[in-house]
Amino acid sequence: MNSALLVNIFRFIVFLAIQVVIFNNMNFLGYISPFPYILFIILYPVNSNRSSLIFSSFLLGLTMDMFCNSGGIHATACVILAYYRPYIFKFSFGLSYEYQTIKLNDSLTPERFSFILVSVVLHHIILFVLLAFQFRFIVDVLLRTLFSSIFTIIISIIIIYLIKPNRR
Amino acid sequence: MQQIFNFIIRNSNRLLFLLLLGISLALTIQSHSFHRSRVISSANFLSGGVYERINHVNEYLNLRTENDELVLENARLKSLLFNKEDTTKIPLADSIKGVKPADIIVSKVIHNSYNTHENYITLNSGRNDGVKQDMGVINSLGIIGVVDNTSPRYSTVVSILNMKSQINAKIKKSNHFGSLTWDGKSTGFVQLVDVPRLASIKKGDTIVTGGQSVIFPEGINVGTIDKIYIQDKTSFYVINVKLFNDMTNLGHVYIIKSKDREEVINLEKKGKDE
Repeated sequence: MNSALLVNIFRFIVFLAIQVVIFNNMNFLGYISPFPYILFIILYPVNSNRSSLIFSSFLLGLTMDMFCNSGGIHATACVILAYYRPYIFKFSFGLSYEYQTIKLNDSLTPERFSFILVSVVLHHIILFVLLAFQFRFIVDVLLRTLFSSIFTIIISIIIIYLIKPNRR
Repeated sequence: MQQIFNFIIRNSNRLLFLLLLGISLALTIQSHSFHRSRVISSANFLSGGVYERINHVNEYLNLRTENDELVLENARLKSLLFNKEDTTKIPLADSIKGVKPADIIVSKVIHNSYNTHENYITLNSGRNDGVKQDMGVINSLGIIGVVDNTSPRYSTVVSILNMKSQINAKIKKSNHFGSLTWDGKSTGFVQLVDVPRLASIKKGDTIVTGGQSVIFPEGINVGTIDKIYIQDKTSFYVINVKLFNDMTNLGHVYIIKSKDREEVINLEKKGKDE
């Protein structure tokens, strides 16, 4: 219990740090920027307390907003992603799947990939809609969501492979 | 009563979600609707400190370009100095051309965003150095933005690449006023709107800040006219202005502390009260 809490606090700080130091400065083609810090929400232990996940996601998003000067958009997107995470689990792993046996940081199966895909796209579309906040930028919003999602997914999968516990 | 408690316990997740969603949406909407005083900003101890550390590293890597800019500005100031006719007759002037009685605070950009529609810059000087809200920020090439939030050691600046920013500007040779806005598309261009069609303008004319705003002194460079559009419904021009500044690459900046500002504001307030 305690070690899981420590691991989560450690992840919170590390994901936030790499996001702020490295990925926030990555303006590929001027407007494509990846947000792999949401791996904190994606990789949060599956069978743990749901309200603690929602609250820590809120804190995560609020800290990101502080660094990005963006009001509350990251907080909103993170809270929504955290709340709908169990539904995305059901969507990609199926109803019959036992929650306890899902381990995300393992080799990449279609189910795991679809889970990451849906989570990232949900987070990014909320983020960019709130960032633009006007209907006349709808094409811009969709383009940003598309490219940034692709970028985030690639980087997330690389990070998952890097931190995968090596058993063999 | 029992039922209410049961309801709260059963739906604790949903209630927590709705509460946090409400808070974050309120923060979002607040940051989009009001021009001033956002609740969450990077002018604070934590993010300011982190950005300052990152900036130390970046600055070391950019020493060469920074030096080049300083050499250029030195050359410009030297040429101003040598071209003065009589040093005894100069009225009290400050270090920057065109500045009326004003103090300059030298500061440094420690974080710069330019990839969203509402961009902010973080500087490493704050209230302790005398920075206040609504001060103008420029560098050797032209204007950068207006101070938004301040903390004791850091401050945030509404960049001119921010769709909420509106700065009074004019055409250098003809004194026709307009306001400087940004359409959120390119980081190299801003738009000058509400210029009357009477104004005779052509491509390549210089745009400078106008004297109507009390934030910037008159005559600070902004950019040159790149394209001119005519609005069909109204009799105004929309001018695409190519900035002198590269807003994606900012180093040292100057914060302008206008001495006339309070006097002008008080005077205008008096006029409204009566």
